[in-house]
Amino acid sequence: MSDSLVFHFDVDGDNFTSAGQASTQVKKNLRQLGLSPAIIRRVSIAMYEGEINMVIHANGGTADVVVTEEYIEIILADTGPGIKNVEQAMQEGFSTATDSIRSLGFGAGMGLPNMKRYTDSLDIDTVVGEGTTITMRVNLG
Amino acid sequence: MKVQDLLAHGFGAVTLPDGDREIDGAYVGDLLSWVMGRAQMDNAWITIMSNVNVIAVASLADTSCVILAEGVTMSEDLIQTAQAKEINVLTSEEPIFETAVKLAGLIS
Repeated sequence: MSDSLVFHFDVDGDNFTSAGQASTQVKKNLRQLGLSPAIIRRVSIAMYEGEINMVIHANGGTADVVVTEEYIEIILADTGPGIKNVEQAMQEGFSTATDSIRSLGFGAGMGLPNMKRYTDSLDIDTVVGEGTTITMRVNLG
Repeated sequence: MKVQDLLAHGFGAVTLPDGDREIDGAYVGDLLSWVMGRAQMDNAWITIMSNVNVIAVASLADTSCVILAEGVTMSEDLIQTAQAKEINVLTSEEPIFETAVKLAGLIS
Protein backbone atom coordinates (compact mmCIF):
# COMPACT_ATOMS: atom_id res chain seq x y z
CA MET A 1 0.00 0.00 0.00
CA SER A 2 1.33 3.41 -0.92
CA ASP A 3 1.91 6.18 1.60
CA SER A 4 -0.74 8.83 2.04
CA LEU A 5 -0.71 12.35 3.42
CA VAL A 6 -3.47 13.50 5.76
CA PHE A 7 -4.40 17.10 6.53
CA HIS A 8 -6.82 17.76 9.40
CA PHE A 9 -8.77 20.97 10.07
CA ASP A 10 -11.35 22.15 12.58
CA VAL A 11 -13.98 24.32 10.90
CA ASP A 12 -15.20 27.17 13.09
CA GLY A 13 -19.00 27.16 13.27
CA ASP A 14 -19.97 30.78 13.62
CA ASN A 15 -17.41 32.61 11.59
CA PHE A 16 -18.12 33.48 7.99
CA THR A 17 -15.03 35.62 7.85
CA SER A 18 -12.69 32.72 8.45
CA ALA A 19 -14.74 30.25 6.41
CA GLY A 20 -12.56 28.97 3.64
CA GLN A 21 -9.36 28.87 5.68
CA ALA A 22 -9.15 25.08 5.51
CA SER A 23 -9.74 24.95 1.75
CA THR A 24 -7.29 27.78 1.17
CA GLN A 25 -4.66 25.92 3.19
CA VAL A 26 -5.37 22.70 1.27
CA LYS A 27 -4.94 24.61 -1.98
CA LYS A 28 -1.50 25.74 -0.82
CA ASN A 29 -0.53 22.25 0.33
CA LEU A 30 -1.61 20.66 -2.95
CA ARG A 31 0.27 23.29 -4.92
CA GLN A 32 3.41 22.45 -2.96
CA LEU A 33 2.88 18.80 -3.84
CA GLY A 34 2.98 19.79 -7.52
CA LEU A 35 -0.56 18.79 -8.45
CA SER A 36 -2.13 20.33 -11.56
CA PRO A 37 -4.07 23.62 -11.21
CA ALA A 38 -7.21 21.92 -12.57
CA ILE A 39 -7.14 19.21 -9.88
CA ILE A 40 -6.36 21.76 -7.16
CA ARG A 41 -9.27 23.91 -8.32
CA ARG A 42 -11.73 21.01 -8.21
CA VAL A 43 -10.63 19.88 -4.74
CA SER A 44 -10.58 23.36 -3.24
CA ILE A 45 -14.00 24.41 -4.61
CA ALA A 46 -15.65 21.17 -3.46
CA MET A 47 -14.07 21.52 -0.03
CA TYR A 48 -14.99 25.20 0.28
CA GLU A 49 -18.63 24.43 -0.48
CA GLY A 50 -18.54 21.78 2.24
CA GLU A 51 -16.93 24.18 4.69
CA ILE A 52 -19.54 26.82 4.00
CA ASN A 53 -22.32 24.28 4.46
CA MET A 54 -20.89 23.31 7.85
CA VAL A 55 -20.76 26.97 8.88
CA ILE A 56 -24.29 27.74 7.62
CA HIS A 57 -26.09 24.64 8.82
CA ALA A 58 -24.09 22.66 11.35
CA ASN A 59 -22.14 25.00 13.64
CA GLY A 60 -18.86 23.78 12.18
CA GLY A 61 -17.17 20.41 12.16
CA THR A 62 -13.99 18.78 10.95
CA ALA A 63 -12.36 18.41 7.57
CA ASP A 64 -9.81 15.77 6.67
CA VAL A 65 -8.03 15.59 3.35
CA VAL A 66 -6.20 12.40 2.38
CA VAL A 67 -3.78 12.53 -0.52
CA THR A 68 -2.63 9.27 -2.09
CA GLU A 69 -0.99 8.54 -5.41
CA GLU A 70 -4.37 7.56 -6.88
CA TYR A 71 -6.82 10.07 -5.43
CA ILE A 72 -7.56 12.91 -3.06
CA GLU A 73 -10.26 12.21 -0.51
CA ILE A 74 -12.09 14.93 1.42
CA ILE A 75 -14.02 13.90 4.52
CA LEU A 76 -16.26 16.54 6.11
CA ALA A 77 -17.93 15.59 9.39
CA ASP A 78 -20.34 17.55 11.54
CA THR A 79 -22.77 16.97 14.39
CA GLY A 80 -25.40 19.33 12.96
CA PRO A 81 -29.09 18.74 12.26
CA GLY A 82 -28.56 16.32 9.37
CA ILE A 83 -30.14 16.55 5.91
CA LYS A 84 -33.84 15.64 5.90
CA ASN A 85 -34.14 14.97 2.18
CA VAL A 86 -30.84 14.32 0.41
CA GLU A 87 -32.43 14.03 -3.04
CA GLN A 88 -33.99 17.48 -2.64
CA ALA A 89 -30.76 18.95 -1.26
CA MET A 90 -28.90 17.71 -4.34
CA GLN A 91 -31.15 19.72 -6.68
CA GLU A 92 -29.67 22.94 -8.02
CA GLY A 93 -31.45 25.91 -6.49
CA PHE A 94 -32.83 24.17 -3.40
CA SER A 95 -31.69 25.91 -0.24
CA THR A 96 -32.75 26.26 3.39
CA ALA A 97 -30.35 29.14 4.04
CA THR A 98 -31.70 32.29 5.70
CA ASP A 99 -31.96 35.72 4.11
CA SER A 100 -28.92 36.95 6.06
CA ILE A 101 -26.86 34.11 4.57
CA ARG A 102 -28.18 34.95 1.12
CA SER A 103 -27.17 38.58 1.52
CA LEU A 104 -23.57 37.37 1.77
CA GLY A 105 -23.88 35.73 -1.63
CA PHE A 106 -24.47 32.20 -0.35
CA GLY A 107 -27.64 30.13 -0.23
CA ALA A 108 -27.98 29.76 -4.00
CA GLY A 109 -28.70 26.07 -3.59
CA MET A 110 -25.55 25.14 -5.49
CA GLY A 111 -23.34 23.86 -2.66
CA LEU A 112 -23.98 20.12 -2.84
CA PRO A 113 -24.46 20.18 -6.65
CA ASN A 114 -21.06 21.87 -6.98
CA MET A 115 -19.48 19.29 -4.68
CA LYS A 116 -20.83 16.60 -6.99
CA ARG A 117 -19.85 18.52 -10.13
CA TYR A 118 -16.21 18.86 -9.15
CA THR A 119 -15.55 15.42 -7.68
CA ASP A 120 -15.50 11.89 -9.06
CA SER A 121 -17.53 10.49 -6.17
CA LEU A 122 -19.70 11.97 -3.44
CA ASP A 123 -21.08 9.97 -0.53
CA ILE A 124 -23.48 11.51 1.99
CA ASP A 125 -23.99 9.76 5.31
CA THR A 126 -26.55 11.74 7.26
CA VAL A 127 -28.82 11.13 10.25
CA VAL A 128 -31.38 13.76 11.19
CA GLY A 129 -30.59 15.11 14.65
CA GLU A 130 -27.13 13.53 14.74
CA GLY A 131 -25.05 14.93 11.91
CA THR A 132 -23.61 14.48 8.46
CA THR A 133 -20.43 13.03 7.07
CA ILE A 134 -19.61 13.74 3.45
CA THR A 135 -16.86 11.85 1.64
CA MET A 136 -15.67 13.09 -1.73
CA ARG A 137 -12.96 11.78 -4.01
CA VAL A 138 -11.08 13.34 -6.88
CA ASN A 139 -9.13 10.79 -8.87
CA LEU A 140 -5.59 11.57 -10.00
CA GLY A 141 -4.42 10.57 -13.43
CA MET B 1 -5.06 40.46 -22.76
CA LYS B 2 -3.34 40.88 -19.40
CA VAL B 3 -5.21 42.09 -16.32
CA GLN B 4 -3.02 45.19 -16.04
CA ASP B 5 -3.88 46.17 -19.64
CA LEU B 6 -7.42 46.99 -18.47
CA LEU B 7 -6.09 50.03 -16.62
CA ALA B 8 -5.61 51.81 -19.95
CA HIS B 9 -9.31 51.33 -20.71
CA GLY B 10 -11.01 53.02 -17.78
CA PHE B 11 -10.78 50.26 -15.18
CA GLY B 12 -9.27 51.16 -11.81
CA ALA B 13 -6.86 49.03 -9.79
CA VAL B 14 -7.67 48.18 -6.16
CA THR B 15 -5.02 45.46 -5.92
CA LEU B 16 -2.78 44.24 -8.70
CA PRO B 17 -0.37 41.67 -7.24
CA ASP B 18 -0.41 39.57 -10.43
CA GLY B 19 -1.07 42.09 -13.20
CA ASP B 20 0.70 39.97 -15.81
CA ARG B 21 -1.98 37.30 -15.57
CA GLU B 22 -3.80 36.64 -18.82
CA ILE B 23 -7.59 36.97 -19.01
CA ASP B 24 -9.35 34.11 -20.74
CA GLY B 25 -13.07 34.85 -20.99
CA ALA B 26 -15.28 36.35 -18.32
CA TYR B 27 -18.12 35.51 -15.97
CA VAL B 28 -20.73 37.78 -14.42
CA GLY B 29 -22.47 36.85 -11.17
CA ASP B 30 -23.07 37.63 -7.51
CA LEU B 31 -24.18 34.26 -6.14
CA LEU B 32 -20.92 32.75 -4.98
CA SER B 33 -21.72 29.09 -5.47
CA TRP B 34 -23.09 29.85 -8.91
CA VAL B 35 -19.80 31.53 -9.75
CA MET B 36 -17.83 28.57 -8.42
CA GLY B 37 -19.95 26.20 -10.43
CA ARG B 38 -19.90 28.10 -13.71
CA ALA B 39 -16.88 30.40 -13.95
CA GLN B 40 -13.83 28.98 -15.67
CA MET B 41 -10.23 29.22 -14.56
CA ASP B 42 -8.61 32.50 -15.77
CA ASN B 43 -12.00 34.20 -16.35
CA ALA B 44 -12.34 37.83 -15.31
CA TRP B 45 -15.16 37.81 -12.73
CA ILE B 46 -17.50 40.82 -12.75
CA THR B 47 -19.60 41.28 -9.62
CA ILE B 48 -21.16 43.82 -7.31
CA MET B 49 -20.45 41.65 -4.24
CA SER B 50 -17.71 43.00 -2.04
CA ASN B 51 -17.11 40.89 1.06
CA VAL B 52 -14.37 38.59 2.30
CA ASN B 53 -15.98 35.54 0.72
CA VAL B 54 -15.51 37.10 -2.72
CA ILE B 55 -11.75 36.96 -2.15
CA ALA B 56 -11.97 33.30 -1.10
CA VAL B 57 -14.07 32.39 -4.15
CA ALA B 58 -11.74 34.25 -6.53
CA SER B 59 -8.80 32.39 -5.02
CA LEU B 60 -10.38 28.94 -5.06
CA ALA B 61 -12.05 29.28 -8.46
CA ASP B 62 -8.76 30.65 -9.77
CA THR B 63 -10.20 33.59 -11.69
CA SER B 64 -7.70 36.02 -13.24
CA CYS B 65 -9.26 39.05 -11.54
CA VAL B 66 -12.34 40.37 -9.77
CA ILE B 67 -13.94 43.44 -11.37
CA LEU B 68 -16.20 45.35 -8.99
CA ALA B 69 -18.80 47.04 -11.20
CA GLU B 70 -21.16 49.94 -10.48
CA GLY B 71 -18.46 51.82 -8.55
CA VAL B 72 -18.58 49.28 -5.70
CA THR B 73 -15.68 49.73 -3.30
CA MET B 74 -13.76 47.42 -0.99
CA SER B 75 -12.90 48.02 2.67
CA GLU B 76 -9.27 48.47 3.70
CA ASP B 77 -9.32 45.11 5.52
CA LEU B 78 -10.49 43.36 2.37
CA ILE B 79 -7.90 45.10 0.25
CA GLN B 80 -5.20 43.77 2.55
CA THR B 81 -6.70 40.26 2.38
CA ALA B 82 -6.84 40.40 -1.42
CA GLN B 83 -3.25 41.57 -1.56
CA ALA B 84 -2.12 38.80 0.82
CA LYS B 85 -3.91 36.17 -1.27
CA GLU B 86 -2.55 37.67 -4.49
CA ILE B 87 -5.99 38.40 -5.92
CA ASN B 88 -6.23 41.10 -8.59
CA VAL B 89 -9.17 43.41 -7.86
CA LEU B 90 -10.25 46.11 -10.32
CA THR B 91 -13.13 48.56 -10.34
CA SER B 92 -15.47 49.88 -12.98
CA GLU B 93 -17.69 52.92 -12.47
CA GLU B 94 -20.08 51.68 -15.12
CA PRO B 95 -23.11 49.43 -14.52
CA ILE B 96 -22.53 45.71 -14.66
CA PHE B 97 -23.94 45.24 -18.18
CA GLU B 98 -21.88 48.08 -19.70
CA THR B 99 -18.81 46.76 -17.87
CA ALA B 100 -19.32 43.31 -19.36
CA VAL B 101 -19.90 44.68 -22.86
CA LYS B 102 -16.78 46.81 -22.66
CA LEU B 103 -14.70 43.90 -21.41
CA ALA B 104 -16.06 41.66 -24.15
CA GLY B 105 -14.87 44.15 -26.75
CA LEU B 106 -11.40 44.22 -25.20
CA ILE B 107 -10.77 40.51 -24.78
CA SER B 108 -12.48 39.11 -27.87
